[in-house]
Amino acid sequence: MSVLRTERISKQYPGCLALDQVTVSFESGKVNALLGKNGSGKSTLVKCFSGAIRPTSGSFYLDDEKLDFNSTSDANARGFATVYQEMSLVPSLTVAENIFLGRMPKKGGVIDWKKANEEASRLLNKMGVNINPREVVSRLSMWQCQVVEITKAMSFNPKVLMLDEPTSSLATNEVECLFNVIRELKKQDIIILYISHKLHEVPQITDTITVLRDGQFIGKVNTSDVTNADIISMMFGETQIRRRPDTLKAQDEIVMDVQGLCRKGKFQDVSFQLHRGEVLGIAGMLGAGRTELLKSLFGADPYDAGSITVNSTQAPHRASPIKMKKLGLGLTPENRKEEGLILIHSIRDNLCYASMDKTSNGWLEIHKKRVAAADKQVGELQIKIPDIEAPVSSLSGGNQQKVVVGNWLNTEPQIMLYDEPSRGIDVNAKQQIFEIMWAQAQQGVSTIFVSSELEELLEVCHRILIMKEGKLIGEVRPEDVNINQLYALCMGDEVNERK
Amino acid sequence: MNANKVKNLILDHIIEILLIVLVVIMSFVSSNFLTVNNIMNILRNQALKGVIAFGMTMVIISGQIDLSIGSQVALAGVIVARFCRDLPTATGCSVTAACLLGILISIVVAVLMGGLHSFLEHKFHMPAFIITLATLNVMYGLSGMICEGFPIANAFPNWFLQIGIGKVGVVPVPAIILLAVFLIAHFVMRYTTTGRSIYAIGGNPESARLSGINVFKTKFIVFASVQVMCVLAAFMHSAQVASGSYSFGKGWEVDVISSVVIGGTSMAGGIGKPWGTLMGILFMGVVVNAMTILDVDIYAQYVVRGAIMIFAVLMASMQSKAKA
Repeated sequence: MSVLRTERISKQYPGCLALDQVTVSFESGKVNALLGKNGSGKSTLVKCFSGAIRPTSGSFYLDDEKLDFNSTSDANARGFATVYQEMSLVPSLTVAENIFLGRMPKKGGVIDWKKANEEASRLLNKMGVNINPREVVSRLSMWQCQVVEITKAMSFNPKVLMLDEPTSSLATNEVECLFNVIRELKKQDIIILYISHKLHEVPQITDTITVLRDGQFIGKVNTSDVTNADIISMMFGETQIRRRPDTLKAQDEIVMDVQGLCRKGKFQDVSFQLHRGEVLGIAGMLGAGRTELLKSLFGADPYDAGSITVNSTQAPHRASPIKMKKLGLGLTPENRKEEGLILIHSIRDNLCYASMDKTSNGWLEIHKKRVAAADKQVGELQIKIPDIEAPVSSLSGGNQQKVVVGNWLNTEPQIMLYDEPSRGIDVNAKQQIFEIMWAQAQQGVSTIFVSSELEELLEVCHRILIMKEGKLIGEVRPEDVNINQLYALCMGDEVNERK
Repeated sequence: MNANKVKNLILDHIIEILLIVLVVIMSFVSSNFLTVNNIMNILRNQALKGVIAFGMTMVIISGQIDLSIGSQVALAGVIVARFCRDLPTATGCSVTAACLLGILISIVVAVLMGGLHSFLEHKFHMPAFIITLATLNVMYGLSGMICEGFPIANAFPNWFLQIGIGKVGVVPVPAIILLAVFLIAHFVMRYTTTGRSIYAIGGNPESARLSGINVFKTKFIVFASVQVMCVLAAFMHSAQVASGSYSFGKGWEVDVISSVVIGGTSMAGGIGKPWGTLMGILFMGVVVNAMTILDVDIYAQYVVRGAIMIFAVLMASMQSKAKA
């Protein structure tokens, strides 16, 4: 039996203590869950183990041998293997080629295919699965790909295997197949760390649970000793939720009416109404279909059935962002760098793209109007810029996000859709984004706000819809629930706990 | 800081600087170089491919490419030539009427080709590289079919020939057309929403789409524009040699794309200016002219032109590094 142990391990980032004197140990032959909400420090801890970063202070030991990794290859050489949630396989190569990528067995200078396939077969059998090593990876199902990833990691004979959100891209029926593989792994003498957001999976597969919060070690318990409610309160503790201004009231008038909206494989039968001046949150786990729903509402993606009515005008079924923009909608996408901004272009350009028809006479741009529109948003949203002609890529994440918001506010929208607007930006910028939402709401703009951070939703919204596996499963008011209850609702259990 | 600014300024205007240096050196080396006659020569020689280069600049800024331009030059030329030769004898109409009809039809064909390119690229996500490589062949074949394998000579009316050989004072008509097309391209790219949309879809097509910019319409405009500019070049070319042939325009894409790239337009899309392309056209014109004056072997000239293209791309990557 081997033990991985940390001793008062800390990691200081500029302006942020990501890990705060964490002391914990993990034993082999068990599946050890590592839990915590976003920013709790669990990924920082995993990065220390995988050699991606070095702790600022403290140390960690494998079987009482002190370890200090300078690189990920260092970590690999010492028997630390990580399987990340993003697939790293080459889809066009075979299973065997992927497992032995860069180190194919050779005979007389050429690849020994027979040996490669036999060896891959042997490793896969050890996992308890029957996958043909000659199969091309692109023809495998998602869980099989995940197993190949794990097999690849196991082929290095690791002592520590870290699984980062291994089920995040799997369908429900595939998860059980993967769990069987993990149970098989448990029989070997390795330390398994299991990182997941999906709380309901934890009792099924893990033996111990370690919870981090705000960089600190909160506790380590045996899975069989605790309930989900216990874990949730360990994860969130006593959170102080700030409240939106009391003067902020939604009006009765309905500005958007969504009925029975379906998109095959993404979401089903979504119906809700949005009022003037309302901030409506959508809560749910990753993969619940929230982003897909927003994209369909905005006309960026198609939908199969149902209707969207904006201000008593029914949106055309084959809509586009152009048409929905005309109806008064705006969207700040989840992924601001790839979908929200044109990074090589200037801040001014990026603030005027969506409002091009308002800063021109139709075909000729009016420079004065462009300058005014851009300056207005820079002032009102307090965007910190070196020079308005500088490329938007030179800004920090928070300021970039404000540019995306400003781009849309220049269109004078009536309904704003925000998809994870606070991702990757600092606390101050986050608070400013919320204040922008409130200020807009005061002016009668309605908002749909998607976030994985439940505290944010409780703080900002009038009403929160709960989405799970593509369906709206509930609706709450922030004043009626605490964060633990909301989290439980998002997991889809204990619905009757609802007030 | 200041040294950095100077360095960036030099990198940003490297092509203008090199052009001036080259002109100064050549005017010392040869007394024939800096004459009105020679300068007009350079402009006339560069006008044909130059006109297309402005269309290509828009295509490349929008993140696309059009390799079919050479064949469109041939196609437009033979369409007009065939109309001029055969329509009057068949219907009894005047050569001028036949020529005007040919001009109209060749422009319509060019717009349709641009439409086909943008449609296939946008709706089926085919790479423009492949689509236009295919239509390069298609239009070459169509040109050969229309002229039945032989050049159609001496069919044009006299006024049509002026497009290629006419002069206003000392300035050749093609040079005027080149300048006019430059001004239009400059205006569109700098002052219109269409120009802004072209930069946007080249900078990040998904962000542009999600900002409610009409990506398909913009692609159609650039693909159609470059084809129409090919028609213009075809008229000048056919007029200069008083014939139309399937072999016209063959291999022009290399010189056209060279001028655009030398002018600082990024092959990755989103960045570039018609002004830079104008500089690229003039620079290549002066280099070729200088080599001819200096009696450089014709094959060695190709080596030099290729080397300049590599040098230009090298400068561009240094530029983006210096700014990063």
